[in-house]
Amino acid sequence: MSFTPDPLIAGDITAYLAGQAAKSLLRVITCGSVDDGKSTLIGRLLYDSKQIFDDQLSALEADSKRVGTQGQAIDFALLVDGLAAEREQGITIDVAYRFFATDKAKFIIADCPGHEQYTRNMVTGASTADAAIVLVDARKGVLTQTRRHSYLARLIGIRHVVLAVNKMDLVGFDQAVFDTIVADYRAFAAEIGIEDVATVPISGLGGDNITTLSAQTPWYSGPTLLGWLEAVEVATEADQGRPFRLPVQWVNRPNLDFRGFAGTIASGHVAPGDAVRILPSGRTTSIARIVTLDGDRDSAVAGEAVTLTLADEVDCSRGSVIVAASDPPQVADQFEATLVWMADEALLPGRSYLLKLGTQTVAATVQTPKYQINVNTLEHVATKTLELNAIGVVPLTTAAPLVFEPYADSRELGGFILIDRQSNATVGAGMINFALRRSQNIHLQATDVTREAHAGLKNQRAAVLWLTGLSGAGKSTIANLVEKRLHRMNRHTFLLDGDNVRHGLNKDLGFTDADRIENIRRVGEVARLMADAGLIVITAFISPFRAERQMVRDMMAPGEFWEIHVDTPLAEAEARDVKGLYKKARAGELKNFTGIDSPYEAPEAPEMRIDTTAMSAEDAARMIVERLIG
Amino acid sequence: MTVRLTHLQRLEAESIHILRETVAETERPVMLYSIGKDSAVMLHLAKKAFYPAPPPFPLLHVDTTWKFRAMYALREKAARDAGMELLVWQNPDAKAAGINPFDHGSAVHTDLWKTQGLKQALDHHGFDAAFGGARRDEEKSRAKERVFSFRDHNHRWDPKAQRPELWRLYNARANRGESMRVFPISNWTELDIWQYIHQENIEIVDLYLSAPRPVVEHGGLLIMVDDERFPLDGRVPEMKSVRFRTLGCYPLSGAVESNATTLPEVIQEMLLTTTSERQGRAIDHDQAASMEKKKQEGYF
Repeated sequence: MSFTPDPLIAGDITAYLAGQAAKSLLRVITCGSVDDGKSTLIGRLLYDSKQIFDDQLSALEADSKRVGTQGQAIDFALLVDGLAAEREQGITIDVAYRFFATDKAKFIIADCPGHEQYTRNMVTGASTADAAIVLVDARKGVLTQTRRHSYLARLIGIRHVVLAVNKMDLVGFDQAVFDTIVADYRAFAAEIGIEDVATVPISGLGGDNITTLSAQTPWYSGPTLLGWLEAVEVATEADQGRPFRLPVQWVNRPNLDFRGFAGTIASGHVAPGDAVRILPSGRTTSIARIVTLDGDRDSAVAGEAVTLTLADEVDCSRGSVIVAASDPPQVADQFEATLVWMADEALLPGRSYLLKLGTQTVAATVQTPKYQINVNTLEHVATKTLELNAIGVVPLTTAAPLVFEPYADSRELGGFILIDRQSNATVGAGMINFALRRSQNIHLQATDVTREAHAGLKNQRAAVLWLTGLSGAGKSTIANLVEKRLHRMNRHTFLLDGDNVRHGLNKDLGFTDADRIENIRRVGEVARLMADAGLIVITAFISPFRAERQMVRDMMAPGEFWEIHVDTPLAEAEARDVKGLYKKARAGELKNFTGIDSPYEAPEAPEMRIDTTAMSAEDAARMIVERLIG
Repeated sequence: MTVRLTHLQRLEAESIHILRETVAETERPVMLYSIGKDSAVMLHLAKKAFYPAPPPFPLLHVDTTWKFRAMYALREKAARDAGMELLVWQNPDAKAAGINPFDHGSAVHTDLWKTQGLKQALDHHGFDAAFGGARRDEEKSRAKERVFSFRDHNHRWDPKAQRPELWRLYNARANRGESMRVFPISNWTELDIWQYIHQENIEIVDLYLSAPRPVVEHGGLLIMVDDERFPLDGRVPEMKSVRFRTLGCYPLSGAVESNATTLPEVIQEMLLTTTSERQGRAIDHDQAASMEKKKQEGYF
């Protein structure tokens, strides 16, 4: 099993290097369940393409004897099971990337096995893949896992799939076994919409039909696994045929005479003189130059990272998308999307997350899922949320319009991630199916009496004084005093109080996290309408989560939202216990009580902080009014 | 007509995308510059990413005072040529204690000068993102690290709490005190690096090319006697035609005997060789999974 290097390397290295420079790059994902021999196959590909050096091989031989599962023989799986924790447990738990090259192509393999984390890992690995290798064990045939992996590959839009029937050595290289599995799989693949399926009988352990055709399978006339991979069309090449799109990453402004727009071309091609439109502003102009360190270019294509200059001074910044003027993508703020949940904490419908699509980042809320997809049976299941590794179809609203394309047309402008606003963790990955019609049919009606006019008539500037703090902290007392003071000063105000609102507008809501979020969303919307009417709005709500306070802040004009932390230590609030609620909560009679069994996330940078242990409610009210009126 | 991008073009585009994304999404990025071939490629990619502007961040060299003299010379020149500020950090504690690889061993030396030094430098300057030239093919635990590797306020890496990275969507967000290590050349292999240096004619330290150099056998490696601090203990350095596959502290970098005096010849030897490039590095041999441990402690 020794490797013979290309004779050209020793003979004429310059000629060899010239040949190597023309290699393509292909990204591949391997899918298979734990015992299908995936790691062994990858180890084999690395070994046969000479990516394993002698020192690694001797380490591997030692490891194989110590912890291997192949007796005295080399356990190729040990090559790819990277982290120490995994080696001890004998399972791979995360996506790992492997590299090998042949004379025609360089390959990046995303290796993403694992048990319960499978969906998350596989979707991650598949998102950048051009092709998928679906492994099945010849003794077991097409399993539930095989269907699940294939469905995920299809979901993420992988166009090229090869079914590798592994461990053929264990079924005596029997053609009938192979043919049955292939027929089974093809029927299933057609059902879920995978059009291009190749099939290869292999043995990862023995190396049959991996890099060279095996003498054991004279009945097989197709390519080797590697031969098939080398011939696959790369996804970015297909993207070249689509209309031009470039999401602007960064504006390059080294001096007053140069203004370049840097980004990676998502689809199509571009040349100086091309007419383009800047979205979302809609302004049109044309491409002036394609600027690079190696001189200006005549053209560039999908997948290239370029810097463009435009013929006219137009508004264009990070998040803008430069597109073909004649064929622009859509802009919308309500969507149906397929969402894969990736965090331990379940999706909270109504919560404000950050959504990143291309170079655009906006606040977004997910509504209650339409349904969840059972990845094993493909059945639609009703659900109120999505747990870790769940896939669902959801309605989604963004706080600002997004330039997008359906994921089926564009991975770059249709795929997005959701980010938790507190932890900054990536909690979900989504694919836009389409824009919801209601967002296209409901247009904001421009009114002639503006919000400034409303406030101007009252001789004031609109503001939202948002008091947040624990139950019993003194929010309502202070809010009431603030309103009295402002009223005496002839200011037009309105006080929204948590308890009062829950008697009317929000009487259908309870105290679960989801209901608390909806409570704050509605109050935020009401406060916004009142601010539009020119009022000074004072609110007194526990509003325990930072994400929702941020959501309300984002609804208002800049400078209009005042987050005021009525800061009373839990022990102090509990000692006061004006309404006797802490006592009930401690006794277990009241569930989800903030500070007891539900968290309070204190503001990190509030406009004002009131320490109620150091000042009276009167003083606090005076301070707030002085700061507001100045 | 479809244009087929070569593997180097695609790798280059991906790296440039990562560099730009970091600059757009973080407040105070810095590029860790170790003067090796991977750093040279990363710096070259940064010049391309931001041209005609110079790369909008400084270079940071976490210095151990034990690098090859030729490396220090190139360091100054490379920063000047790129029009970038060069920051050098030497761990004051290591300096005061006179930490060196001969008396204290590679583990202590590396931990104090490099791991602790790096953390000090990042904290001192308040950088919230640091580019590093690590590649996934170098070592097993690297294969699973993200391009954007989140570190907590103690600079720790938690392999079980990594952010999923999908498509070209990198999440660079961090709270105050937390930071990102960003690896733009994650998907390059050693061969890609050499091919790219050859194609782009990138300046590298000539220690990568073979020349007669004074060496002694030390700890099983062929070590070049680069200055008078080397404790010869009666040994006489021998002139041998050698080159280095990786460069670090000179007492810890093993040379290989070679006649490759040009880049194509180096690549030729590499393709015909039978040992991996990290073999010449003393620190990886300390213990199994040593890199993973180091990374959890804050090492690059």
